[in-house]
Amino acid sequence: MPFRVHAEDASEKEIERYRAMISDPMSNPGFLAVDRGEQLWASKRGSNNVSLEGCDLGLGAGKLDGAFAQLPRYFKDADRVMDLEQRLLWCMQNIQGLDTKDVVARRFSGPGRVSDMEDLVAFIANKSSGMAIEPQLKHPKEQEMAAVGEELFHRRGGVMDFSCSTCHGAEGKRIRLQGLPYLAGPGKDAQLTMASWPTYRVSQSALRTFQHRIWDCYRQQRWPAPEYGSEGITALTSYLNKIAAGGELVVPSIKR
Amino acid sequence: MTTLTKFSMLALALGALTCGPIAAHAADQAIPPKPVAATSKATEPTTKPAATKADAAATPSAAIHKVSAETVDAYVKATFGKAPEEWQQRIVPDDTMKACNKFRNEVPTDIAEAIMQREIKKVVFPADGKLLGDWKAGAKIANNGRGGQFSDKADTVNGGNCYACHQMAPSEVSFGTLGPSLTHYGKDRNYTEAEIKQAYTKIYNSQAVVPCSNMPRFGTNNFLTEQQIKDVMAFLFDPESPVNK
Repeated sequence: MPFRVHAEDASEKEIERYRAMISDPMSNPGFLAVDRGEQLWASKRGSNNVSLEGCDLGLGAGKLDGAFAQLPRYFKDADRVMDLEQRLLWCMQNIQGLDTKDVVARRFSGPGRVSDMEDLVAFIANKSSGMAIEPQLKHPKEQEMAAVGEELFHRRGGVMDFSCSTCHGAEGKRIRLQGLPYLAGPGKDAQLTMASWPTYRVSQSALRTFQHRIWDCYRQQRWPAPEYGSEGITALTSYLNKIAAGGELVVPSIKR
Repeated sequence: MTTLTKFSMLALALGALTCGPIAAHAADQAIPPKPVAATSKATEPTTKPAATKADAAATPSAAIHKVSAETVDAYVKATFGKAPEEWQQRIVPDDTMKACNKFRNEVPTDIAEAIMQREIKKVVFPADGKLLGDWKAGAKIANNGRGGQFSDKADTVNGGNCYACHQMAPSEVSFGTLGPSLTHYGKDRNYTEAEIKQAYTKIYNSQAVVPCSNMPRFGTNNFLTEQQIKDVMAFLFDPESPVNK
Protein backbone atom coordinates (compact mmCIF):
# COMPACT_ATOMS: atom_id res chain seq x y z
CA MET A 1 0.00 0.00 0.00
CA PRO A 2 2.33 2.78 -1.19
CA PHE A 3 0.07 5.67 -0.19
CA ARG A 4 0.17 4.45 3.40
CA VAL A 5 3.93 4.31 3.37
CA HIS A 6 3.96 7.92 2.20
CA ALA A 7 1.56 8.89 4.96
CA GLU A 8 3.83 7.24 7.52
CA ASP A 9 6.90 8.93 6.05
CA ALA A 10 5.15 12.27 6.26
CA SER A 11 4.08 11.78 9.86
CA GLU A 12 7.55 10.45 10.76
CA LYS A 13 9.07 13.60 9.23
CA GLU A 14 6.63 15.76 11.15
CA ILE A 15 7.51 13.98 14.39
CA GLU A 16 11.22 14.45 13.61
CA ARG A 17 10.63 18.17 13.04
CA TYR A 18 8.77 18.38 16.34
CA ARG A 19 11.56 16.54 18.14
CA ALA A 20 14.18 18.87 16.69
CA MET A 21 12.07 21.85 17.74
CA ILE A 22 11.88 20.82 21.38
CA SER A 23 15.24 19.13 21.81
CA ASP A 24 17.25 22.20 22.66
CA PRO A 25 17.93 22.86 26.34
CA MET A 26 15.99 26.10 26.25
CA SER A 27 12.73 24.30 25.47
CA ASN A 28 13.18 20.82 26.97
CA PRO A 29 11.49 20.83 30.40
CA GLY A 30 13.82 17.97 31.37
CA PHE A 31 16.42 20.65 32.07
CA LEU A 32 14.30 21.96 34.93
CA ALA A 33 14.83 18.55 36.52
CA VAL A 34 18.57 18.90 35.86
CA ASP A 35 18.56 22.19 37.80
CA ARG A 36 16.58 20.73 40.69
CA GLY A 37 18.92 17.75 40.77
CA GLU A 38 21.94 20.02 41.00
CA GLN A 39 20.51 21.65 44.11
CA LEU A 40 19.56 18.28 45.64
CA TRP A 41 23.06 16.91 45.06
CA ALA A 42 24.50 19.73 47.16
CA SER A 43 21.76 19.69 49.86
CA LYS A 44 22.68 18.51 53.35
CA ARG A 45 20.28 15.77 54.42
CA GLY A 46 19.93 12.71 56.62
CA SER A 47 21.07 12.02 60.16
CA ASN A 48 24.65 12.91 59.17
CA ASN A 49 23.52 16.25 57.70
CA VAL A 50 25.88 16.00 54.72
CA SER A 51 25.37 16.43 50.98
CA LEU A 52 25.74 13.74 48.33
CA GLU A 53 29.03 15.30 47.21
CA GLY A 54 30.86 12.55 49.11
CA CYS A 55 29.14 9.91 46.99
CA ASP A 56 31.39 7.89 44.68
CA LEU A 57 29.57 7.05 41.45
CA GLY A 58 32.53 5.07 40.17
CA LEU A 59 35.09 7.72 39.30
CA GLY A 60 35.75 8.95 42.85
CA ALA A 61 33.78 10.85 45.49
CA GLY A 62 31.86 13.76 43.99
CA LYS A 63 33.23 13.17 40.47
CA LEU A 64 30.28 13.47 38.10
CA ASP A 65 31.73 14.12 34.65
CA GLY A 66 31.40 10.90 32.67
CA ALA A 67 30.27 8.78 35.66
CA PHE A 68 26.83 7.97 34.23
CA ALA A 69 28.34 6.78 30.92
CA GLN A 70 30.04 3.94 32.86
CA LEU A 71 27.06 2.75 34.88
CA PRO A 72 25.96 0.17 35.88
CA ARG A 73 29.30 -0.91 37.36
CA TYR A 74 30.75 -2.93 40.24
CA PHE A 75 31.28 -1.07 43.52
CA LYS A 76 33.75 -2.61 45.92
CA ASP A 77 32.30 -0.98 49.06
CA ALA A 78 28.87 -2.50 48.38
CA ASP A 79 30.29 -5.64 46.67
CA ARG A 80 27.54 -5.29 44.06
CA VAL A 81 26.95 -4.08 40.56
CA MET A 82 24.68 -1.03 40.74
CA ASP A 83 22.96 1.30 38.34
CA LEU A 84 22.78 5.02 39.11
CA GLU A 85 19.54 4.80 41.07
CA GLN A 86 20.67 1.88 43.24
CA ARG A 87 23.94 3.71 43.89
CA LEU A 88 22.19 6.94 44.87
CA LEU A 89 20.00 5.06 47.36
CA TRP A 90 23.13 3.42 48.77
CA CYS A 91 24.85 6.80 49.15
CA MET A 92 21.78 8.34 50.79
CA GLN A 93 21.67 5.50 53.32
CA ASN A 94 25.40 5.09 53.93
CA ILE A 95 26.78 8.61 53.52
CA GLN A 96 23.87 10.84 54.45
CA GLY A 97 22.23 8.46 56.91
CA LEU A 98 18.94 9.16 55.17
CA ASP A 99 15.90 6.94 55.53
CA THR A 100 15.16 6.36 51.83
CA LYS A 101 11.60 5.13 52.34
CA ASP A 102 10.14 8.47 51.31
CA VAL A 103 12.55 8.84 48.38
CA VAL A 104 11.52 5.40 47.10
CA ALA A 105 7.83 6.23 47.59
CA ARG A 106 8.40 9.24 45.31
CA ARG A 107 10.59 7.31 42.82
CA PHE A 108 8.30 8.30 39.95
CA SER A 109 6.84 11.79 39.87
CA GLY A 110 3.14 12.38 39.34
CA PRO A 111 0.55 15.09 39.78
CA GLY A 112 1.52 16.90 42.98
CA ARG A 113 4.44 14.51 43.62
CA VAL A 114 8.03 15.53 42.90
CA SER A 115 10.72 12.86 42.56
CA ASP A 116 14.19 13.40 44.00
CA MET A 117 15.45 10.42 42.02
CA GLU A 118 14.26 11.72 38.67
CA ASP A 119 15.86 15.10 39.38
CA LEU A 120 19.15 13.62 40.57
CA VAL A 121 19.36 11.22 37.62
CA ALA A 122 18.65 14.05 35.16
CA PHE A 123 21.44 16.16 36.69
CA ILE A 124 24.02 13.36 36.91
CA ALA A 125 23.25 11.86 33.49
CA ASN A 126 23.51 15.31 31.92
CA LYS A 127 27.12 15.43 33.18
CA SER A 128 27.82 12.61 30.70
CA SER A 129 25.95 14.15 27.80
CA GLY A 130 28.06 14.07 24.65
CA MET A 131 30.08 11.13 25.94
CA ALA A 132 30.03 7.56 24.68
CA ILE A 133 28.29 4.74 26.55
CA GLU A 134 31.14 2.73 28.07
CA PRO A 135 29.88 -0.53 29.58
CA GLN A 136 31.99 -1.90 32.43
CA LEU A 137 32.46 -5.65 31.92
CA LYS A 138 35.79 -6.57 33.50
CA HIS A 139 34.55 -7.73 36.91
CA PRO A 140 32.91 -11.19 37.00
CA LYS A 141 29.84 -9.69 38.65
CA GLU A 142 29.57 -7.15 35.83
CA GLN A 143 29.79 -9.98 33.30
CA GLU A 144 27.13 -11.92 35.18
CA MET A 145 24.82 -8.90 35.22
CA ALA A 146 25.03 -8.44 31.44
CA ALA A 147 24.62 -12.18 30.81
CA VAL A 148 21.56 -12.44 33.08
CA GLY A 149 20.15 -9.32 31.44
CA GLU A 150 20.39 -11.01 28.07
CA GLU A 151 18.54 -14.04 29.45
CA LEU A 152 15.81 -11.85 30.96
CA PHE A 153 15.47 -10.03 27.64
CA HIS A 154 14.51 -13.33 25.97
CA ARG A 155 12.46 -14.79 28.85
CA ARG A 156 8.78 -15.21 28.05
CA GLY A 157 6.00 -15.25 30.62
CA GLY A 158 2.76 -13.74 31.85
CA VAL A 159 -0.74 -14.23 30.44
CA MET A 160 0.45 -13.19 26.98
CA ASP A 161 3.72 -15.17 26.91
CA PHE A 162 5.59 -11.93 26.17
CA SER A 163 9.29 -11.19 26.60
CA CYS A 164 11.27 -8.04 25.79
CA SER A 165 12.26 -9.72 22.53
CA THR A 166 8.63 -10.17 21.48
CA CYS A 167 8.69 -6.49 20.56
CA HIS A 168 12.40 -5.79 20.29
CA GLY A 169 13.67 -9.02 18.70
CA ALA A 170 13.51 -8.04 15.02
CA GLU A 171 14.41 -4.97 13.00
CA GLY A 172 11.92 -2.50 11.55
CA LYS A 173 8.84 -3.59 13.48
CA ARG A 174 5.98 -1.49 14.84
CA ILE A 175 3.32 -1.70 17.54
CA ARG A 176 0.43 0.15 15.94
CA LEU A 177 2.35 3.11 14.46
CA GLN A 178 5.06 3.18 17.12
CA GLY A 179 8.44 2.08 15.75
CA LEU A 180 10.28 -0.46 17.89
CA PRO A 181 14.05 -0.43 18.31
CA TYR A 182 15.84 -3.73 17.68
CA LEU A 183 17.55 -4.67 20.93
CA ALA A 184 18.43 -8.35 20.54
CA GLY A 185 21.93 -7.42 19.40
CA PRO A 186 24.29 -4.49 18.95
CA GLY A 187 23.56 -1.78 16.44
CA LYS A 188 22.34 1.74 15.89
CA ASP A 189 18.93 1.07 17.45
CA ALA A 190 20.48 -0.02 20.75
CA GLN A 191 22.89 2.92 20.73
CA LEU A 192 20.21 5.51 20.02
CA THR A 193 17.83 3.99 22.55
CA MET A 194 20.24 3.76 25.46
CA ALA A 195 21.79 7.14 24.63
CA SER A 196 18.39 8.80 25.07
CA TRP A 197 17.67 7.93 28.75
CA PRO A 198 16.77 9.71 30.99
CA THR A 199 14.20 11.50 28.88
CA TYR A 200 11.46 14.07 29.28
CA ARG A 201 8.18 12.38 28.37
CA VAL A 202 5.84 14.95 26.88
CA SER A 203 2.84 12.63 27.26
CA GLN A 204 3.52 12.27 30.99
CA SER A 205 4.86 15.79 31.63
CA ALA A 206 7.70 14.18 33.53
CA LEU A 207 11.39 13.41 33.39
CA ARG A 208 11.61 9.60 33.32
CA THR A 209 14.54 7.40 34.23
CA PHE A 210 15.41 3.99 32.81
CA GLN A 211 13.97 2.36 35.94
CA HIS A 212 10.60 3.77 34.88
CA ARG A 213 11.07 2.59 31.29
CA ILE A 214 11.66 -1.03 32.36
CA TRP A 215 8.81 -0.86 34.89
CA ASP A 216 6.51 0.33 32.11
CA CYS A 217 7.79 -2.33 29.70
CA TYR A 218 6.97 -5.08 32.20
CA ARG A 219 3.54 -3.54 32.72
CA GLN A 220 2.87 -3.79 29.00
CA GLN A 221 4.36 -7.28 28.92
CA ARG A 222 1.64 -8.26 31.42
CA TRP A 223 4.27 -9.22 33.98
CA PRO A 224 4.11 -8.33 37.69
CA ALA A 225 5.55 -4.96 38.72
CA PRO A 226 9.34 -5.20 39.08
CA GLU A 227 10.77 -3.95 42.37
CA TYR A 228 12.37 -0.49 42.10
CA GLY A 229 16.16 -0.71 42.08
CA SER A 230 16.09 -4.50 41.84
CA GLU A 231 18.73 -6.77 40.34
CA GLY A 232 16.72 -7.70 37.24
CA ILE A 233 16.38 -4.08 36.11
CA THR A 234 20.10 -3.51 36.57
CA ALA A 235 20.82 -6.73 34.67
CA LEU A 236 18.71 -5.58 31.72
CA THR A 237 20.35 -2.14 31.82
CA SER A 238 23.81 -3.76 31.83
CA TYR A 239 22.91 -5.97 28.87
CA LEU A 240 21.42 -3.08 26.91
CA ASN A 241 24.40 -0.82 27.58
CA LYS A 242 26.68 -3.65 26.49
CA ILE A 243 25.02 -3.76 23.06
CA ALA A 244 24.81 0.06 22.99
CA ALA A 245 28.55 0.59 23.62
CA GLY A 246 29.83 3.67 21.86
CA GLY A 247 26.44 5.34 21.55
CA GLU A 248 26.71 9.05 22.22
CA LEU A 249 24.61 10.16 25.18
CA VAL A 250 22.29 13.10 24.57
CA VAL A 251 20.50 13.50 27.89
CA PRO A 252 18.02 14.39 29.07
CA SER A 253 16.40 13.79 25.69
CA ILE A 254 12.76 14.43 24.93
CA LYS A 255 10.16 11.95 23.68
CA ARG A 256 6.45 11.90 22.97
CA MET B 1 -12.25 -31.56 25.38
CA THR B 2 -12.05 -31.95 21.61
CA THR B 3 -8.83 -32.88 19.91
CA LEU B 4 -8.01 -32.65 16.26
CA THR B 5 -7.38 -36.32 15.63
CA LYS B 6 -8.35 -35.89 11.99
CA PHE B 7 -5.43 -33.59 11.34
CA SER B 8 -1.82 -34.53 11.27
CA MET B 9 0.00 -32.03 13.45
CA LEU B 10 2.44 -31.10 10.74
CA ALA B 11 -0.29 -30.54 8.19
CA LEU B 12 -1.96 -28.31 10.73
CA ALA B 13 1.23 -26.36 11.23
CA LEU B 14 1.98 -26.05 7.57
CA GLY B 15 -1.55 -24.92 6.89
CA ALA B 16 -0.48 -21.52 8.10
CA LEU B 17 1.79 -21.23 5.09
CA THR B 18 -0.43 -22.60 2.36
CA CYS B 19 -2.62 -19.58 2.31
CA GLY B 20 -2.63 -16.86 -0.23
CA PRO B 21 -0.37 -13.88 -0.64
CA ILE B 22 0.36 -13.33 3.01
CA ALA B 23 3.92 -12.78 4.04
CA ALA B 24 4.53 -14.70 7.22
CA HIS B 25 6.43 -12.94 9.96
CA ALA B 26 9.92 -14.37 10.12
CA ALA B 27 9.64 -15.48 13.73
CA ASP B 28 6.22 -16.93 13.08
CA GLN B 29 6.82 -19.33 10.25
CA ALA B 30 5.60 -22.85 10.65
CA ILE B 31 8.58 -24.39 8.96
CA PRO B 32 10.48 -27.00 10.92
CA PRO B 33 13.60 -25.32 12.30
CA LYS B 34 16.93 -26.64 11.08
CA PRO B 35 18.50 -29.28 13.29
CA VAL B 36 21.51 -27.82 15.00
CA ALA B 37 24.97 -29.35 15.00
CA ALA B 38 26.58 -29.81 18.39
CA THR B 39 28.88 -26.81 18.35
CA SER B 40 27.14 -24.72 15.73
CA LYS B 41 25.97 -21.20 16.30
CA ALA B 42 22.97 -21.68 14.07
CA THR B 43 20.56 -20.76 16.83
CA GLU B 44 22.22 -17.41 17.37
CA PRO B 45 21.04 -14.34 15.53
CA THR B 46 23.69 -13.20 13.08
CA THR B 47 23.94 -9.89 14.84
CA LYS B 48 24.74 -11.43 18.21
CA PRO B 49 27.98 -10.27 19.76
CA ALA B 50 30.68 -12.91 19.64
CA ALA B 51 30.78 -15.03 22.75
CA THR B 52 33.62 -14.06 25.02
CA LYS B 53 34.82 -17.59 25.45
CA ALA B 54 35.27 -20.27 22.85
CA ASP B 55 32.20 -22.36 22.24
CA ALA B 56 33.01 -25.76 23.61
CA ALA B 57 29.29 -26.21 24.06
CA ALA B 58 27.65 -29.58 24.01
CA THR B 59 24.24 -28.19 23.11
CA PRO B 60 23.12 -25.22 21.08
CA SER B 61 21.52 -23.66 24.12
CA ALA B 62 24.74 -23.86 26.09
CA ALA B 63 26.35 -21.88 23.30
CA ILE B 64 23.85 -19.12 23.94
CA HIS B 65 23.50 -19.25 27.70
CA LYS B 66 26.42 -17.92 29.68
CA VAL B 67 24.70 -18.22 33.06
CA SER B 68 22.82 -21.05 34.73
CA ALA B 69 19.04 -21.25 34.84
CA GLU B 70 19.27 -21.18 38.66
CA THR B 71 21.11 -17.84 38.54
CA VAL B 72 18.48 -16.35 36.25
CA ASP B 73 15.68 -17.67 38.48
CA ALA B 74 17.33 -16.03 41.49
CA TYR B 75 17.34 -12.68 39.68
CA VAL B 76 13.67 -13.15 38.74
CA LYS B 77 12.85 -13.78 42.39
CA ALA B 78 14.82 -10.71 43.49
CA THR B 79 13.00 -8.57 40.93
CA PHE B 80 9.40 -9.82 41.11
CA GLY B 81 9.42 -11.61 44.49
CA LYS B 82 7.36 -8.93 46.24
CA ALA B 83 4.46 -9.13 43.79
CA PRO B 84 1.25 -10.91 44.89
CA GLU B 85 1.57 -14.71 44.70
CA GLU B 86 -1.00 -14.97 41.91
CA TRP B 87 1.06 -12.54 39.82
CA GLN B 88 4.28 -14.44 40.47
CA GLN B 89 2.60 -17.65 39.28
CA ARG B 90 1.93 -15.96 35.94
CA ILE B 91 5.63 -15.79 35.12
CA VAL B 92 6.48 -19.37 36.06
CA PRO B 93 7.20 -20.84 32.63
CA ASP B 94 5.28 -23.97 31.65
CA ASP B 95 7.04 -26.70 29.64
CA THR B 96 6.36 -24.93 26.37
CA MET B 97 7.69 -21.56 27.51
CA LYS B 98 10.68 -23.30 29.11
CA ALA B 99 11.54 -24.75 25.70
CA CYS B 100 10.96 -21.44 23.89
CA ASN B 101 13.11 -19.60 26.44
CA LYS B 102 15.86 -22.19 26.24
CA PHE B 103 16.13 -21.99 22.46
CA ARG B 104 15.05 -18.36 22.13
CA ASN B 105 12.07 -19.51 20.06
CA GLU B 106 14.24 -21.37 17.52
CA VAL B 107 13.33 -24.86 18.72
CA PRO B 108 14.68 -28.02 17.06
CA THR B 109 12.19 -30.13 15.10
CA ASP B 110 11.58 -32.78 17.77
CA ILE B 111 10.88 -30.19 20.45
CA ALA B 112 8.64 -28.26 18.05
CA GLU B 113 6.61 -31.43 17.50
CA ALA B 114 6.37 -32.02 21.23
CA ILE B 115 5.11 -28.46 21.78
CA MET B 116 2.38 -28.82 19.16
CA GLN B 117 1.26 -32.18 20.54
CA ARG B 118 1.17 -30.82 24.08
CA GLU B 119 -0.64 -27.60 23.20
CA ILE B 120 -3.26 -29.02 20.83
CA LYS B 121 -4.67 -30.89 23.83
CA LYS B 122 -5.33 -27.54 25.47
CA VAL B 123 -7.60 -26.30 22.68
CA VAL B 124 -11.31 -26.34 23.54
CA PHE B 125 -13.77 -25.91 20.69
CA PRO B 126 -17.22 -24.42 21.39
CA ALA B 127 -19.77 -27.02 22.53
CA ASP B 128 -22.34 -25.63 20.10
CA GLY B 129 -19.97 -26.18 17.17
CA LYS B 130 -20.30 -22.52 16.10
CA LEU B 131 -16.91 -20.85 15.58
CA LEU B 132 -18.12 -17.49 14.30
CA GLY B 133 -19.81 -14.82 16.41
CA ASP B 134 -20.54 -11.14 15.73
CA TRP B 135 -17.95 -9.31 13.59
CA LYS B 136 -18.95 -5.90 14.97
CA ALA B 137 -18.13 -7.03 18.50
CA GLY B 138 -14.95 -8.62 17.11
CA ALA B 139 -13.85 -5.30 15.59
CA LYS B 140 -14.04 -3.70 19.05
CA ILE B 141 -12.08 -6.56 20.64
CA ALA B 142 -9.40 -6.29 17.93
CA ASN B 143 -9.00 -2.60 18.74
CA ASN B 144 -8.97 -2.94 22.54
CA GLY B 145 -5.54 -3.16 24.16
CA ARG B 146 -6.71 -3.19 27.77
CA GLY B 147 -6.43 -5.93 30.33
CA GLY B 148 -3.81 -8.06 32.03
CA GLN B 149 -1.57 -5.17 33.12
CA PHE B 150 -0.78 -4.54 36.78
CA SER B 151 -2.21 -1.06 36.28
CA ASP B 152 -5.60 -2.38 35.13
CA LYS B 153 -8.58 -2.35 37.48
CA ALA B 154 -9.85 -5.79 38.48
CA ASP B 155 -13.07 -5.41 36.47
CA THR B 156 -11.27 -4.50 33.22
CA VAL B 157 -12.63 -6.29 30.15
CA ASN B 158 -9.68 -7.81 28.30
CA GLY B 159 -9.12 -6.91 24.67
CA GLY B 160 -7.44 -8.96 21.97
CA ASN B 161 -5.37 -5.96 20.81
CA CYS B 162 -4.95 -7.62 17.39
CA TYR B 163 -4.14 -4.28 15.73
CA ALA B 164 -1.05 -3.89 17.89
CA CYS B 165 0.65 -6.51 15.71
CA HIS B 166 -1.55 -7.12 12.64
CA GLN B 167 -3.02 -5.18 9.78
CA MET B 168 -6.72 -6.11 9.57
CA ALA B 169 -9.45 -3.91 8.04
CA PRO B 170 -7.80 -1.87 5.27
CA SER B 171 -9.61 1.21 6.59
CA GLU B 172 -7.58 1.11 9.85
CA VAL B 173 -4.17 2.66 9.19
CA SER B 174 -2.88 2.36 12.75
CA PHE B 175 -1.65 -1.23 12.75
CA GLY B 176 1.53 -2.95 13.92
CA THR B 177 3.82 -5.19 11.94
CA LEU B 178 4.98 -7.80 14.47
CA GLY B 179 2.59 -10.32 12.90
CA PRO B 180 1.55 -10.86 9.29
CA SER B 181 -1.18 -8.78 7.65
CA LEU B 182 -4.63 -10.33 8.10
CA THR B 183 -6.40 -8.16 5.53
CA HIS B 184 -8.88 -10.20 3.42
CA TYR B 185 -8.20 -13.12 5.73
CA GLY B 186 -11.43 -15.02 5.20
CA LYS B 187 -11.85 -13.98 1.58
CA ASP B 188 -8.35 -15.15 0.63
CA ARG B 189 -9.14 -18.52 2.19
CA ASN B 190 -12.53 -18.90 0.51
CA TYR B 191 -14.16 -19.02 3.96
CA THR B 192 -13.56 -22.79 4.13
CA GLU B 193 -14.45 -24.76 7.23
CA ALA B 194 -10.92 -26.14 7.51
CA GLU B 195 -9.45 -22.63 7.49
CA ILE B 196 -11.99 -21.48 10.06
CA LYS B 197 -11.08 -24.34 12.37
CA GLN B 198 -7.38 -23.66 11.81
CA ALA B 199 -7.73 -19.97 12.68
CA TYR B 200 -9.80 -20.75 15.78
CA THR B 201 -7.05 -23.11 16.89
CA LYS B 202 -4.40 -20.46 16.27
CA ILE B 203 -6.20 -17.78 18.25
CA TYR B 204 -7.13 -20.16 21.07
CA ASN B 205 -3.60 -21.54 21.34
CA SER B 206 -0.99 -20.28 18.88
CA GLN B 207 1.58 -22.74 20.20
CA ALA B 208 -0.52 -25.65 18.90
CA VAL B 209 0.04 -24.37 15.37
CA VAL B 210 3.37 -22.51 15.34
CA PRO B 211 5.73 -23.63 18.11
CA CYS B 212 7.16 -20.61 19.96
CA SER B 213 4.98 -18.24 17.96
CA ASN B 214 5.12 -14.68 19.34
CA MET B 215 1.33 -14.70 19.58
CA PRO B 216 -0.43 -15.03 22.95
CA ARG B 217 -2.46 -18.17 23.75
CA PHE B 218 -5.72 -16.26 24.11
CA GLY B 219 -7.96 -19.20 25.00
CA THR B 220 -5.58 -21.51 26.80
CA ASN B 221 -4.25 -18.68 28.98
CA ASN B 222 -7.84 -17.55 29.74
CA PHE B 223 -7.28 -14.08 28.37
CA LEU B 224 -10.28 -13.92 26.05
CA THR B 225 -13.62 -15.67 26.60
CA GLU B 226 -14.96 -18.21 24.11
CA GLN B 227 -17.51 -15.63 22.93
CA GLN B 228 -14.79 -13.01 22.40
CA ILE B 229 -12.77 -15.48 20.33
CA LYS B 230 -15.87 -16.28 18.25
CA ASP B 231 -16.41 -12.56 17.66
CA VAL B 232 -12.80 -11.99 16.57
CA MET B 233 -13.19 -15.04 14.31
CA ALA B 234 -16.23 -13.41 12.71
CA PHE B 235 -14.21 -10.24 12.20
CA LEU B 236 -11.77 -12.38 10.18
CA PHE B 237 -14.27 -14.64 8.40
CA ASP B 238 -17.60 -12.83 7.98
CA PRO B 239 -17.92 -11.77 4.32
CA GLU B 240 -19.54 -8.56 5.61
CA SER B 241 -16.61 -7.74 7.90
CA PRO B 242 -14.45 -4.78 6.82
CA VAL B 243 -11.47 -7.17 6.97
CA ASN B 244 -12.81 -8.81 3.81
CA LYS B 245 -13.78 -5.61 1.98
